[in-house]
Amino acid sequence: MSSAQPLLKVRGVETFYGKIQALKGIDMDIYEGEIVTIIGANGAGKSTLMMTVCGTPQARNGDVEYAGENITYKPTFEIMRTGIAQSPEGRRIFPRMTVLENLMMGAMVTDGSTYEEDLARVFKLFPRLKERQGQRGGTLSGGEQQMLAIARALMSRPRLLLLDEPSLGLAPIIVKQIFDAIKELNERDGLTVFLVEQNAYHALKLAHRGYVMVNGVITMSGTGSELLAREDVKAAYLEGGAH
Amino acid sequence: MKKQKDTLMVASLKDAVGGAVIALLMALVMVGMKVDVASGRGAELFIEDRWAAVAMAVAIVFVGRFVLNLFYWKKEDTEKPRLGSLLPSVSSFSGLGRFATPVLLALAVILPFLLMYWLGSRGSRQYIDLAILVLTYVMLGWGLNIVVGLAGLLDLGYVAFYAVGAYSYALLAHYFGFSFWLCLPLAGILAAFWGIILGFPVLRLRGDYLAIVTLAFGEIIRVVLLNWYEFTGGPDGLSGIPRPSFFGLEFTRGEGGFADFFGLKYSSIHRIIFLYYLILIMALVTNIVTNRLRRLPIGRAWEALREDEIACRSLGINTTNTKLTAFALGAMFGGFAGSFFATRQGFISPESFTFMESAVILAIVVLGGLGSQVGVVIASVVMIGGFEFFREFEEYRMLVFGLLMVVIMVWKPRGLISSRTPSIALSKNAKGISADLVQEGTG
Repeated sequence: MSSAQPLLKVRGVETFYGKIQALKGIDMDIYEGEIVTIIGANGAGKSTLMMTVCGTPQARNGDVEYAGENITYKPTFEIMRTGIAQSPEGRRIFPRMTVLENLMMGAMVTDGSTYEEDLARVFKLFPRLKERQGQRGGTLSGGEQQMLAIARALMSRPRLLLLDEPSLGLAPIIVKQIFDAIKELNERDGLTVFLVEQNAYHALKLAHRGYVMVNGVITMSGTGSELLAREDVKAAYLEGGAH
Repeated sequence: MKKQKDTLMVASLKDAVGGAVIALLMALVMVGMKVDVASGRGAELFIEDRWAAVAMAVAIVFVGRFVLNLFYWKKEDTEKPRLGSLLPSVSSFSGLGRFATPVLLALAVILPFLLMYWLGSRGSRQYIDLAILVLTYVMLGWGLNIVVGLAGLLDLGYVAFYAVGAYSYALLAHYFGFSFWLCLPLAGILAAFWGIILGFPVLRLRGDYLAIVTLAFGEIIRVVLLNWYEFTGGPDGLSGIPRPSFFGLEFTRGEGGFADFFGLKYSSIHRIIFLYYLILIMALVTNIVTNRLRRLPIGRAWEALREDEIACRSLGINTTNTKLTAFALGAMFGGFAGSFFATRQGFISPESFTFMESAVILAIVVLGGLGSQVGVVIASVVMIGGFEFFREFEEYRMLVFGLLMVVIMVWKPRGLISSRTPSIALSKNAKGISADLVQEGTG
């Protein structure tokens, strides 16, 4: 898969919160059609890396390139119009707006001509949302909210989908549903996915490649199955294997 | 059973005595002693005592608490009804929105003629005047609703734009002799411009911080108007502001006037009725534009911004432009209302644009239910209408005002009409869930 130019290229990125350095020189590549995951403990800087790709906060040093274009210092809203979409940490759906309105917000960056088609596509992926389309976002269950957050991101027809902890606070069966949907999107539509996860076992099983991050530094990388098989990864992030 | 009743009696009595003592302590100074200026003997101050009033206040508290204790609070029922249940329930109100709109609109259209019919042109004048005042606040409320209700940007200085609109018209008319119809759009544009000027520095602020800066902005405008004596007339204000004409017809006695042209007998009420319809149309335009915008991407972006700014940015929404358009549009309608105010009064001074005005407009928006258009109308009628009707009880006005606010906020913490209507209707009867049931910030 490493033949062509990567879709997303991160080189030597350093990000700071005030004086605190959260990312200490990150290199990462994501190629078209891949699912790439970053695993790591709380506070390792996984979400910060994803947010740096989105431009809030911006990297102090280093470069983020998307499809050959340097996007390091672009404002967030412009980055999100170039074909990158994000389901942010904590889902952040609009609670007082209906499911349909939430999805419309996702389609804001498109010209609207493909709206019906995209809507049908996300409803097919998550039939539950179709049933609930007139309901307010805040009344959905946690799993449905996560589905909505992903569906909302998909409404902008992204080439690269960023998912920040989609399994957060969800029951195992729902996590499986969500991960199956991600897999389907990747295999059927060829969508490139960048996944940040605490749930290392599921993430590594799903992903083609993975990175392990510790204290703002990438310590390991490899294919999903390689990382899953490593004893040190097992000990640190899986604690007794599958669950 | 009897024993139980006795203990309840004793407990209630104890509680009532406690309440009465507190009431006595509070009333002793606040009610019992009134400082007055002695008439006839120079302007000497003296203290007038009103012990009867104190006794009455204490008695009311005592009896009230005793009765409530005995029959309401301390009842053996396990389930204690909340204060909310004493008032009409939420569900009985939710259908009101759809029903109230056409009724209120029809009433607003025929109101001047109804009043004329009942009270004659002399008697109805004060009520039409009051209706104009209420409508001005409806319009201001709707304008502020764009900023506070839809975009969720707490603006405590809205009166600044009202002032900019009023002074724009007054000054343009004063220095250049422009007519009302020419100045109306200019005033709106100028106010929108000031809205953007205010918007830029506060883009990064939210909530409390934003409120403080907007509050300061409102005061700055007022203080500038007050002190720039050569230009604005300072505290003397500007007078002789020209009245609006009806397609070029002035409301004057004699030939070429409105009454003469239509073959009517001249009456000063014509102008009042004209002003009434003018503000009615202006307010309705505000409402129509707002409702229309809500269904457009920009309006939906405002609402999304109110709910979650970070999510908005991650969806590719330019939050800077979204905020600035909300400020500019809200300010523009404030400016329109301001120039109407100037032409109606014929005289303006910085006195009319104090922080109290901002507070009243904000109270209307909050009490009406943030983002609800009908709620704003009801709140304006109750507050402004109530203010005027209770003018005789001047002393108690603020008391009633405060009480009303507390009651509404206890009864309906999200305002009178709190259920947000989705901006897109579904063809099928999809299950709608009232916004009351949705905690903000979950998810």
